[in-house]
Amino acid sequence: MSAIRVLVGTKKGAFILTADGRRQDWQISGPHFAGWEMYHLKGSAADPNRIYASQSSGWFGQIIQRSDDGGRTWNTPGSSPEELQGPGGFPRGESNKFTYAGEAGTHKWYDGTQHPWEFKRVWHIEPSLTDPDTAYAGVEDAAIFKTTDGGRSWQELPGLRQAKGALWQPGAGGMAVHTILLDPKNAKRMYVAISAGGAFRTDDGGQTWKPINRGLKSPYELPDPDAEVGHCVHRIALHPARPEVLFMQKHWDVLRTDNAGEHWTEVSGNLPSDFGFPIDVHAHEPETIYVVPIKSDSEHYPPEGKLRVYRSKTGGQEWEALGNGLPQKDCYVNVLRDAMAVDALEPCGIYFGTTGGQVYCSANGGDSWNAITRDLPGVLSVEVQTLK
Amino acid sequence: MIRVVLPFHLRTLARVAGDEVRLDLAGPVTLGAVLDAVEQQYPVLRGTMRDHGTLKRRPFIRFFVVKEDWSLELADKQLPPEVVDGREPVLIVGAMAGG
Repeated sequence: MSAIRVLVGTKKGAFILTADGRRQDWQISGPHFAGWEMYHLKGSAADPNRIYASQSSGWFGQIIQRSDDGGRTWNTPGSSPEELQGPGGFPRGESNKFTYAGEAGTHKWYDGTQHPWEFKRVWHIEPSLTDPDTAYAGVEDAAIFKTTDGGRSWQELPGLRQAKGALWQPGAGGMAVHTILLDPKNAKRMYVAISAGGAFRTDDGGQTWKPINRGLKSPYELPDPDAEVGHCVHRIALHPARPEVLFMQKHWDVLRTDNAGEHWTEVSGNLPSDFGFPIDVHAHEPETIYVVPIKSDSEHYPPEGKLRVYRSKTGGQEWEALGNGLPQKDCYVNVLRDAMAVDALEPCGIYFGTTGGQVYCSANGGDSWNAITRDLPGVLSVEVQTLK
Repeated sequence: MIRVVLPFHLRTLARVAGDEVRLDLAGPVTLGAVLDAVEQQYPVLRGTMRDHGTLKRRPFIRFFVVKEDWSLELADKQLPPEVVDGREPVLIVGAMAGG
């Protein structure tokens, strides 16, 4: 029977939630890395036992952790007991070394001046679809790094910052590459999203990147609402069967593109608010998408105090509220951009975590919801592994 | 024998039992040499106290030596005799911040 493993990053540690395919009875392990901010954990599609985790602290900086046994044990890559005893001598301790290539340069600061690029943390790790030792890291200040040795060392793909990086600027949460999407049909194509830089695409494996923001409008954030870069893109998502179709939750507005980002069209339709953070796609229905509307950029909680996921079965424009099992009064949590995921079972499971520490699961595509757990630290990220 | 007290999270990260680590230094006993030795013995701590490239102290890390704050001292300044002979430890501390 299939099993589900939910990887939850929180402000005070990581938690691993497991259940069989019925998704009713959950086991919770954790906190792993207690007391640390766990921005993101994600398993390799090529080897589900390989999980990468981003561990960070305002005091002690960035740590990369790796598990090779499905989250039971962890090591900083390059420092396992076996490697410590290896013929190569003691490890170099560089799994957390994220150094920008060449001159780091400057980007736009809050006051419009230029500010030096400074590494702060890894927001998102995206393992390769085919090689467990290869993964990409989206970092703050915004850049993308790549490892090909299982996380022991990381090198920047500097072409991304050459896509008008001097014009990117931090939003309230900082300036980070928070989304990395790998095209399952074209190994050379990737997408990233940056707050606040916009969306970008590479067609040559990360050497060069182009802004793909035509159609985005940001009249309240940018002096030129149609600017080529600088938009505060909160999240983008794709369905593996149609990787040229992307869905976007922007600071304000929900949008889609049908041509790999060459042009975007707003599909906010009848949403009660088109501000929000996460967006995701049903595992088996490429036109079924999910968002969690938030009241506004000034009030980061659900409209009317009702926590509702909105589902569109038409790829946008027409949305229905899904609140069965979710709190429908006095609820003032937020759902962050990396805190929603789907499983690959039938029917498709939808998962999300809140800043209030709840992790919700719907085992029927969003029709009804149950809380897997209610009292974790604030949830920063949720990823799901469907295990055979 | 040089004694160094690490903060809780770095002890956990380095899987150190007890409150402190002990080091043997061959050359001059400076703060920089002590940090080098800690990082050599526990490579996982590289980048957690000082920047990987510049070796600049991370903003919220403090170094206390015999009741004095050495956070702003030069890395090549000689540590006092009480530290050199092991009577007093070097304290690596997470700064008070965040409430």
